[in-house]
Amino acid sequence: MSPKEERNVVLETRHIAKQFPKVLANDDISITLYEGEILSLLGENGAGKSTLMNVLYGLYKPTSGKILLHGEEVEFSSPRDAISKGLGMVHQHFMLVDTLTVTENIILGAEPGRGGVIDYKKAREQVVAIAKKYGLRVDPDETIENLSVGLQQRVEILKALYRNAKILILDEPTAVLTPQEVDELFEVVKTLRNSGVSVIIITHKLEEVMEISDRCYILRRGRQEGERLTRGATKAELANLMVGRDVVLTVAKTPHTVAKDPIMQLEHVTVLNEKKVQALKDCSLDIHPGEIVGIAGVDGNGQSELAEVIMGLIPVESGRIMHEGEDVAKLSTRQRIFKNISYVPADRQEFGLVLPMTIAENIAIGYHEKMPYCRGLSLDYSYINRHAEELVASFDIRTSSALAPAGTLSGGNQQKVILAREFSREPTFLLVSQPTRGLDVGAIEYIHSQILAMRDRNVGILLISMELEEIFALADRIMVMYEGKIVKELDPEKTDEKEVGLYMTGGNA
Amino acid sequence: MIDMILASQIFNVDLLAASIRLSTPIAIAAIGATICERSGVVNIAMEGIMIVGAFFALWFSALTGSPWIGLFAGLVFGGLYSLIHAWATVTLHLDHTVSGAVLNILALGITRYMMVLAYGHPGTSDSIPVTLANYRFAVPLLSDIPILGPSLFNQTPIVYIMFLLVIFFTWFMKKTKVGLHIKASGEHPYALETIGVSVYKIRYLGVIISGLLGGVAGAYLSIENQSTFTEGMTNGRGFIAMAAMISGGWTPIGAFLAALFFGFAEAFQLRLQISGAVSIPGEFFTIIPYVATLAAVAGLVRKSKAPKADGKDFIIEKED
Repeated sequence: MSPKEERNVVLETRHIAKQFPKVLANDDISITLYEGEILSLLGENGAGKSTLMNVLYGLYKPTSGKILLHGEEVEFSSPRDAISKGLGMVHQHFMLVDTLTVTENIILGAEPGRGGVIDYKKAREQVVAIAKKYGLRVDPDETIENLSVGLQQRVEILKALYRNAKILILDEPTAVLTPQEVDELFEVVKTLRNSGVSVIIITHKLEEVMEISDRCYILRRGRQEGERLTRGATKAELANLMVGRDVVLTVAKTPHTVAKDPIMQLEHVTVLNEKKVQALKDCSLDIHPGEIVGIAGVDGNGQSELAEVIMGLIPVESGRIMHEGEDVAKLSTRQRIFKNISYVPADRQEFGLVLPMTIAENIAIGYHEKMPYCRGLSLDYSYINRHAEELVASFDIRTSSALAPAGTLSGGNQQKVILAREFSREPTFLLVSQPTRGLDVGAIEYIHSQILAMRDRNVGILLISMELEEIFALADRIMVMYEGKIVKELDPEKTDEKEVGLYMTGGNA
Repeated sequence: MIDMILASQIFNVDLLAASIRLSTPIAIAAIGATICERSGVVNIAMEGIMIVGAFFALWFSALTGSPWIGLFAGLVFGGLYSLIHAWATVTLHLDHTVSGAVLNILALGITRYMMVLAYGHPGTSDSIPVTLANYRFAVPLLSDIPILGPSLFNQTPIVYIMFLLVIFFTWFMKKTKVGLHIKASGEHPYALETIGVSVYKIRYLGVIISGLLGGVAGAYLSIENQSTFTEGMTNGRGFIAMAAMISGGWTPIGAFLAALFFGFAEAFQLRLQISGAVSIPGEFFTIIPYVATLAAVAGLVRKSKAPKADGKDFIIEKED
């Protein structure tokens, strides 16, 4: 007998479908949530997980299908309905007003007080009481913008609990957390389960499913691909269901000889940010041809400044940037690019691509005023397009044609366009920042294998990533950044995520 | 000796009283714009709303013989006119600046049309016999305070209304539920919508408040400060109100203080011009308030932060 039948069903969807103008985001989804369980909803980006949750939460109306709450059919026309029936949701992008206090955010929309006036004293007491009840410590008077991401998430959870949520939906809850914060979150989730709250976690991370949930559903392209009890399931099995084919979770990394002389060296580089505060403090690094140096760190500890100063987007305050033994610190970004320094920026839509322009134009850009991309004053479109078609084929960019606007591609394919542009220029040094942010397992696998291929072609690579898994999958050496400094160098073979996470948050055990 | 006399001609109790009078329409419009932008809708249409309010206030005063009914008409028509902005920006998701610019131009057209309809000619209306200025009154006791008393508490009705609006909206934004919703709507509308409060409704409310206040600010010009309506009589005050809103850091009290500063600049230049103390063409003095506006905005704007979602469109249903 399965454990299912012994427990109360709290929430059920029957044959939910949601049709958007162009896509069928949910197609016949039927899931069941039991009381006091942690359920995962696993799927790649665009699999329809968030759509389903938004349907449950009353943000979207389902095209067809039913929602049952404690066996009764319900219809939510707005989040207010869902909230009043005991549903709470922690969105991936926090729904918190930065300039308001913790208390104000928690009570927003359900403020205590007579008439239109808020009773702030009572509100604060209620917030303190509920925080104490669930062991979620947070200062009720602090402004949200002064809180860490982990604490902000805690406020989001409190917001749901304040509204007596019995079903809590967490949308990609670990995407922005450090390993330590993830541990804390999982503790909180377990406490909630033990006090009778049922939890749904939406995620595309297999580790999370395995570690925290009791059961999971797998979605792919809007359809339900299967249901598994976490105990007894394997990662590979789940990954295959999720992607629909066999995937390699960690791309095989073969040992590779590293050249003796560094291709890129940072010598005591200090950089000021817009507020004239030191964002990089006396950073020294060297990257040799044929190796990948991974920069690990919590977002905002100087990684973006590191990338920008190497590319000449911001000036150095002091120190030298040596490329093939020559100081390039005074050169413009353009001059550096022509010295075969390539850059895959973290924000592909903002900095990597011009979305309305064609794939071919995006591949030519930067080199477009050089032969053979141009002839005299005019661009040689026949060459540009032909060249792009070749790269579209060799980089497996899924598009109808190289003349399609870059903005029409999926995130993974947009990233491939950038890789095609940068990698085909035969760089000697490659700066890769957050190459797989927001991408799904299949695309990550491809991009990782391409980066490793560049390493094996003796390119020196600096990888900046917030994803520790990525750092461990690719890097030959790990540098941990904290508050603008490189605080530790670690060998990925001899360390683990816990230790790196500790250095990332300023610990130095 | 001459300098002393001159100085006392310029810097006296009257200067403060005049500053307050001149800042009144700016302050009222600036508070309205502040509430509107805190809800997330950029409102550069204050100029247009004021001119509409000014016309209808005067016309209804003329028709009914009561400036109080005129004031009410200014309030209502300002509010109705702003509904177009709310509808365009919130319901139709038009760009806020484009809608505001259109409303400013449309207001000139409407008032000219109405002028011809009501008075048979464009330009300036006939004068109304009784204005709100006839209802000037001194608040007992308070008006006896030296210097401040006569300038603050011996004023005309809309000036007092302005004081009350400053106090009311400061309280409203700090203490009430709707005030909190307006702040959330302008900073992070999705946060508001996802806990079940309609951002559309809150933004409509924000815009309408700016319309009502803009109408009153316009009424001040035509039926309190003067007794006629002249086309284009707002003369950029709606835009100076925007500057006051920005310099005031998007708070009612800040908007009031900034408006007071602009009112002072205007009062000061008028006095300087009349005194003939400096022999340069009067036009140069007229520049002073605008230069002051520019300086204040340029100097303070960096420190004051606009609501994060100010001017950002809000749509719920979108593709995954």
